[in-house]
Amino acid sequence: MSWRTFAPLLAAILLLAGPARAQLTIEIIGGGANQIPIAVLPFAGESALPQSITEIIEQDLSRSARFRAIFVGGVNPVPTEIAQVDFAEWKSRLADAMVIGQAQRLPDGKFEVRFRLLDVLKQSQIGGIAFTLTAAQTRLTAHKIADFIYEKLTGERGVFSTRVAYVVKQGTRYELRVADADGQNAQSILISSEPIMSPAWSPDGARMAYVSFQNKKPILFVQNLTASKQPAPVANYRGSNSAPAWSPDGKQLAAVLTKDGTSQIYLMSADGGNLRRLTVSGGIDTEPFFTPDGQSIYFTSDRGGSPQIYRMPAGGGDPVRMTFEGDYNVSPRVSPDGKVLAYISRVSGRFQLMAMDLESKQVQTLTDGQRDESPSFAPNGRIILYATDVDNRGVLAAVSSDGRFRQRLGIQAADVREPSWGPFLGN
Amino acid sequence: MKKTLFSALSLALLYGCASTPVEPEKPAAPSVQTPGLPVAPPLAARPVPAAPQVDLSKRSVFYEYDKYDIRDEYRPVLQAHGKYLAENRGKKMLVQGNCDERGSREYNIALGQRRAEGVKRRLVLMGATEAQVEPVSLGEEKPRCTEHAEGCWSQNRRSDMLYGGEY
Repeated sequence: MSWRTFAPLLAAILLLAGPARAQLTIEIIGGGANQIPIAVLPFAGESALPQSITEIIEQDLSRSARFRAIFVGGVNPVPTEIAQVDFAEWKSRLADAMVIGQAQRLPDGKFEVRFRLLDVLKQSQIGGIAFTLTAAQTRLTAHKIADFIYEKLTGERGVFSTRVAYVVKQGTRYELRVADADGQNAQSILISSEPIMSPAWSPDGARMAYVSFQNKKPILFVQNLTASKQPAPVANYRGSNSAPAWSPDGKQLAAVLTKDGTSQIYLMSADGGNLRRLTVSGGIDTEPFFTPDGQSIYFTSDRGGSPQIYRMPAGGGDPVRMTFEGDYNVSPRVSPDGKVLAYISRVSGRFQLMAMDLESKQVQTLTDGQRDESPSFAPNGRIILYATDVDNRGVLAAVSSDGRFRQRLGIQAADVREPSWGPFLGN
Repeated sequence: MKKTLFSALSLALLYGCASTPVEPEKPAAPSVQTPGLPVAPPLAARPVPAAPQVDLSKRSVFYEYDKYDIRDEYRPVLQAHGKYLAENRGKKMLVQGNCDERGSREYNIALGQRRAEGVKRRLVLMGATEAQVEPVSLGEEKPRCTEHAEGCWSQNRRSDMLYGGEY
């Protein structure tokens, strides 16, 4: 079994500003069922790296609620090759899987990290990778290893190496940040004394659309995350410009303009050109969201007397109403596999996250908050990130798409809001 | 004025917040006064009016939760501003619609826009031109009052009329 050499991706470099000041901290609330017991053994030589790579892997796996970390103390020497592993010992510790590995500094100052994922019951190797990395890529490498383990053992892609965007408000300072999915390694991409809203990742993860109030009204911008270009306004029409949504091919943006009266949905190319109106109603049409196949757009409209969710062809056309329970259903988001519609519903004065199975139309209430809003699916569809508040302070929260498991992500003394989960990084 | 007091009182009763009286007619902050705008003379200097006098320092319209329709009590205020814009074609106005913090931020942008658009339509009916008035929305993003209760929410469900130079 040979090591597969893996050239690590350069993380998308965010040139505009340095590291953000306060990190998101994560508090785990529920527990998951059917967790896979896994032993992540320390990698020999990993103390040469700036962070403990195995600690990050273990935290990633535990936080996903799909794994349970097995105690790994009291083993000496720590095995680094499969021949050194005492499988009977790990079986008695009730581990189903285990991870071993090593790290070493290379002559050019870079590092090599190799690991093997082992099946304890079958006493065999499931897979392994060797990475060459710089010290700055330690976290990313750990997340990639966790993604590999997650995919091998659950059959689904992991999201540990993806990124999330969110807005932090401290007093009158607004900051649009991008961080690793675990809240670490946050970078500021925009700082303003006026509100920032509705960040939306382009499908390739290279651009971010958002709404800025820096000119005293909502204007839509697209910022390139990989080049140090100034953000460009893509919609700055009379009235308000908001609610950007990318088409799955990244070529078009749906957005809400009011240049012809009330809020209506328009389609434009990613630079703002080729503007075309999609909805024609006398009321409010907003919050467009493309289905993953690019064929349809979900949106919120009050055309029936109260805000409800509708679906229409992506080129415009007759809408179909999707929600009927209650008088306030907003913020539609379709899961990456196109099977689930997440949205916010007002139930007895509380705003809660709902999930509708689009085939059976069955609706499940996923959260029990007072002010849950702005849902965003992880790219594997397993987790939904959303904004809520705790003691009147804005925090982010995550719930598994089956509603079983929840986490909160907050920053001391700041409001965190408007989460948007980025796409998978291409390899 | 009686009607205003009555509706303020009924609002306060409705939401049961005696400690935070609702003041729908509360004028915008003094800093938004426009130089050159006609200012109403001090009360003592005024002749006793036959009809209710409205001065242009009143700049706000307040709304019920989830609503954008303009209550009758704001007719004189909007009439005065519409007339002023009609008589001063060089003046421009920005109408900023606002919402309370409840519900979707983007839906609140649309709701605030609808509130501002409603004010603009009234002003145009009263003589202003389309080009003079731009309705925009601040949604729930710029609350005047930040407590999480109806006493604040009622102040934040509001359209503000700002003349050129005030924003």
